[in-house]
Amino acid sequence: MTITPRDITRRQLLARVGLTALVAGPFLSACATGGGGSQEAAPSAAAPSAGGASASANNPFNVKADAPLEVVIFKGGYSDEYATQSHEPLYKKAFPGATIKHQGIQTIGQTLTPRFAGGDVPDVVNNSGTDNLDGGALINAGQLLDLTPLFEAPSVDDPTKKVKDVIVPGTIESGLGGDPAKPYTLNYVYTAYGLWYDAKLFEKEGWTPPKTFDEFKTFAEAAKAKNIVPFGYAGKNASYYAYWMILISAAKIGGNKILLDIDNLADNAWNNDAVKQAAAAWAEIGKYMDPAYEGLIHTEVQTQQNQGKVAFYPSGSWLEAEQAKDTPEGFEYAMVPTPSVTAADQMPYEAIRAAAAEGFIVPSKAKNAAGGLEYLRQMLSKQGARDFTEKTKSLTVVIGATEGLTLSPGLTSVAAAQTAAGTNVVTFSSFEGWYKELETELRKQTNALMFGRISAEEFATKMQEAADKTKADESIIKQTRNV
Amino acid sequence: MRRGRLTPGAVRKWGFIASFLAAPLAIYIIFFVSPNLQALQLALTNSRGISPDFQYVGFENFTRLFGDEVFWAAVRHHGLILLVMPLVTIVIALFFSFLLNLGGGQRNGQLTGVWGSSFYKVVFFFPQVLAVVIVGVLFQAVLNPQKSGILNSVLGWFGVDPVGWLIKPDLALWTIIGVMVWQGVGFYVVLFSAGMAGVPKEIFEAAALDGANRFTLFFKITLPLVWNTVQVGWVYLGIAAFDAFALVQVLSIDRGGPDNATTVLPLEIFRQTFTYYRFGYASAMGVALVFLVLTFAALTLRVTRRERIEY
Repeated sequence: MTITPRDITRRQLLARVGLTALVAGPFLSACATGGGGSQEAAPSAAAPSAGGASASANNPFNVKADAPLEVVIFKGGYSDEYATQSHEPLYKKAFPGATIKHQGIQTIGQTLTPRFAGGDVPDVVNNSGTDNLDGGALINAGQLLDLTPLFEAPSVDDPTKKVKDVIVPGTIESGLGGDPAKPYTLNYVYTAYGLWYDAKLFEKEGWTPPKTFDEFKTFAEAAKAKNIVPFGYAGKNASYYAYWMILISAAKIGGNKILLDIDNLADNAWNNDAVKQAAAAWAEIGKYMDPAYEGLIHTEVQTQQNQGKVAFYPSGSWLEAEQAKDTPEGFEYAMVPTPSVTAADQMPYEAIRAAAAEGFIVPSKAKNAAGGLEYLRQMLSKQGARDFTEKTKSLTVVIGATEGLTLSPGLTSVAAAQTAAGTNVVTFSSFEGWYKELETELRKQTNALMFGRISAEEFATKMQEAADKTKADESIIKQTRNV
Repeated sequence: MRRGRLTPGAVRKWGFIASFLAAPLAIYIIFFVSPNLQALQLALTNSRGISPDFQYVGFENFTRLFGDEVFWAAVRHHGLILLVMPLVTIVIALFFSFLLNLGGGQRNGQLTGVWGSSFYKVVFFFPQVLAVVIVGVLFQAVLNPQKSGILNSVLGWFGVDPVGWLIKPDLALWTIIGVMVWQGVGFYVVLFSAGMAGVPKEIFEAAALDGANRFTLFFKITLPLVWNTVQVGWVYLGIAAFDAFALVQVLSIDRGGPDNATTVLPLEIFRQTFTYYRFGYASAMGVALVFLVLTFAALTLRVTRRERIEY
């Protein structure tokens, strides 16, 4: 089996049917099993804890200053130094009397499941990794705290701003779960999706990334003349990289509503002109691709880009780190948004698809739940976010937290794209995780479209058929989202 | 409470037999019979495999199968593989094993294989030593659709444009069949060689003395004498034709693509189970697959039945 960012084991899948996001496709599973009503209403964290001081901007959750805090961090790709060396000291600075018990482990699920069953739970959990907790099941069992108070609380750096205003739009939505949907998960790592290229190559050739599809075609001709494939993706195992681009373009043309309709299986969602226009625009670019790319896997195409044979590659902000070992000297990753399709696009060129991943949860039965919320609030401070980026080479959902940091070229361009996009964020697609049958069909039809076997019109028709089939299938549990 | 038949002698005798049978039978029942029965049971439910709660839905999963175009595509592919792969493999394997054992003409009054046959015997068996997945990975490089692919670069020397072995929907399944044949031939060469070695040499020599040429020797003497072995090989290969999972999983575009062109039932079962969490429906597919295999095996054994030649 070839390894793709989303190739995961059955075990992982079982664990992830719940709510934790995948690195390459966050939000896949926001609340796949959250269909039923929750058995127990999660207690509100806003309730003042007994004997606590009154709420203030510095202590919005009435944390008892000397209450011990227990933090469990997934010690994986990001390690846990960001917690032990930054976030926990930040908490201690705010509450010098508190003792912090830290645990950095990999088997979050196995270790914590018995503790949830026994009611002796930590105060903050970084629920991630292969063996993570089934978030959906925890939500249904009333084990997770509704994080709304956190997002409504004043932020650490500027008490006049609420936490929800200092984080990237879409972050809260990405952590929704349960029915009615509430934010139970704080997804902390920021992932942006767009077209990746070698800034040095473009500089050398005197090219600028195209802002419209007309420019894209002109560019494609220029690249072709230089024997460089203007745009390429790996059809064998990563066709979803290409359908992300089509969906982004569709959203830019018709707004995020297009993607919400697709997620909600709305009638004729795929037959919308925006989808057809997006598919047609990308199919035009697909014509410049080497047909052999349909038979390659993502690492092969990524390596070809490193060798200067491919100009643009569709991917997310993990790409630079993923390729770090293979990137030659003088290759400088950069990301740009997808070009605009029409002059009447509802979203500007600068809009990017961005999503948050790497979930943090606060158990509802935690002894120091207020402290858990406060810990998350400290994480979302500029200092906490900056330290995280420095230690893990990944951006966080905190806006403007990278000021004064020396970022890698790729991250710099992602940060720039994030700033330029502002609130113009293309939403994620939940159907990828909700309706796997539909997603499988989309992969198939994306290859057929991009390698010229079907037209954009047929693409829309076939996807609509698949969506209708999913909708009519009573054995598939339906989900909806409004944001 | 003694019964007449249960004499100490009988106890000893049956106890002896039972003690030998118990362990393998238990293993067989636990690991083969019971999972199969459970699959049959699951096929009648809407189980999703992640919760102990499920309902019995009768034959709904099976009626669903009839309307599932991917299922029928997979069945058609099995049909094609079944028609082509065993036949080609057996023909090639018979040809090779004849050459290796009898094709070299007479030497010192004995029929021998072609020159270097002991070396070829080892080489032909190589693919059998490799795990299927390794074969798949190997052929990823061989069939790479770019100019730099091993097969395509060889073709390039003759001015042939790169061929998309696995990316052309019309070609992809044939390519997979080709890999299956490549992988299978070695084993059947060895199998048929053993069959031919079991035939007394005098028969061949007598035929040769009577002036039989190599064609006659092969079709009139060798083939009838190793027919039993061929028949066994046919059943093995036929059952293999209902598998092909690993090769398709590793080699095909998008697992079973492009456009379902290479998908096979085990792959769809895998997808239904581990991607869609439809354990019930996947089990129904599994049951359908079992019946296909059983039907094939029964039919083959019946159709190819011949009188056994004693020697």
